[in-house]
Amino acid sequence: MNYYDIMFYLFAAITLVSAWFVVTTRNVIYSAFFLLFTFFGVAGIYVLLAADFIAVVQIMVYVGGILILLLFGVMLTNQITNVDIRTGASNLLPASIATGILMGAVVSVMWFTDWKIQPTEAPTTTLKILGRLLLTDYVLVFELLGLLLLVALIGAASIARREKE
Amino acid sequence: MYQFFFDLTGNVIISTLAVALVPLICVLLVTLFGVWLERKVSAWMQDRVGPNRIGPYGIFQCVADFVKMLQKEDAVSSEVDGVLYNIAPVLVFAGSFAAFAVIPFASTIIGSQVEVGLFYMLAASSFVVAGILMGGWSSNNKYSLLGSMRSAAQIISYEIPTALVVLSMVMLMGTLNLTQISEMQTGNFWHWNIFGGPGWALSKFLLIPFMVVGFIIIFISTLAEVNRTPFDIPEAESELVAGYFTEYCGMKYGMFMLAEYGNMFAVSLLVSVLFFGGYQSPVGYLGNVLGIKWLVSLEQFSWFFAKGWFFIFVQMWLRWTLPRLRVDQLMTLCWKYLIPYAVINLVIIGIISLL
Repeated sequence: MNYYDIMFYLFAAITLVSAWFVVTTRNVIYSAFFLLFTFFGVAGIYVLLAADFIAVVQIMVYVGGILILLLFGVMLTNQITNVDIRTGASNLLPASIATGILMGAVVSVMWFTDWKIQPTEAPTTTLKILGRLLLTDYVLVFELLGLLLLVALIGAASIARREKE
Repeated sequence: MYQFFFDLTGNVIISTLAVALVPLICVLLVTLFGVWLERKVSAWMQDRVGPNRIGPYGIFQCVADFVKMLQKEDAVSSEVDGVLYNIAPVLVFAGSFAAFAVIPFASTIIGSQVEVGLFYMLAASSFVVAGILMGGWSSNNKYSLLGSMRSAAQIISYEIPTALVVLSMVMLMGTLNLTQISEMQTGNFWHWNIFGGPGWALSKFLLIPFMVVGFIIIFISTLAEVNRTPFDIPEAESELVAGYFTEYCGMKYGMFMLAEYGNMFAVSLLVSVLFFGGYQSPVGYLGNVLGIKWLVSLEQFSWFFAKGWFFIFVQMWLRWTLPRLRVDQLMTLCWKYLIPYAVINLVIIGIISLL
């Protein structure tokens, strides 16, 4: 077991343990902060997979953007107004059946697929390859996603805009 | 630098820790003497003497302050949220310290040469935001919560003009690697990016005004990102006591101060890498003339530190000169002035770099 293995198990443990607490803890704020460590662990695993750009994007978008927005939303409701927001479990039986089927499907796909394995060398820099692919082979998807984000942005601005008297 | 320590010790973990120790010592020293300089600068601006008892010009005042801070009792209010309250200062400092991993202090003193260096520096600051929100919420204090809300809103807003200016520089230089960006500006000071970058093409002279605009935008927005006056509404003393770290004392308060000065130093170094040649000397090296190799690294390190300290001094200068902005003025400045100017600047630099 070399250092990379140790690092991998460390990040995997961080991800799994914090994800477990995200789901089980009763306090919404705790869930949000445990999510921070989940994102961090996933980013670490991306780094070990030689996907440095994706790892940084993971931190930038999920921790810097989505998590902060989530915290804003929850914080403004809790603690100041003394309204205790707690999560609970309901409809345990249907939920466990549905998630059990989903998990079975995912595991069976992983197990029975005939994965093509070939030895490749991890690229030292993924940045240039990724940029070239995004602007050549996947340019339509890329532009459509940009358009989607623009629509969301305009929608948010028009909702938040103050009505003229 | 990693290879050097690896050859020395032959152990991966020890050499990694040794590499991490270099920026840590830098941050600690910058914080110690930054606090002293802050007090001295404020004293000069207000026609006072400032700390003058311990050592020449009171320079060891910071050491005395540090010892006092370490000895303080860790008084914790009974209403705080125990776990998060204790994690928050660590998270904030970890976020600000993480940015130093990619900064090249000299051509031989480099932590990591990852290709995504600049982007990583921007991303590391998001842990600071999460830590500030954590500290503000767990303190269970209205002032703390308001301060952390303001701080988070301010940091994520001002990240946009910063990122736009960084993007225009990346477009021009064609790399995100901070070491390569520094290496491209090698030679004398007219090769620095603020003077249009290396070479003598026509585009160099066309670029100069837009480089100055980009520098001003990134300086203002990084000033706001590190919560310094005139953008210090998160810890506005007259309204919020001390903002998000109101409830903290002792070394936990010290961690927030370390993070603040570490952030100031990091953004100063970022600005000097992007526009002022990083560790490059403006005039050439004595070590090259004499043929002593290690002297070149030492000179580069000193130049880089001098540039960093200069921008820290400008930040302090502005702090004791300008009044604080209101919240709405702050957001107006960011969204209605800096971001449009940064976008226009981005487009113009793109067109010029195509010439």
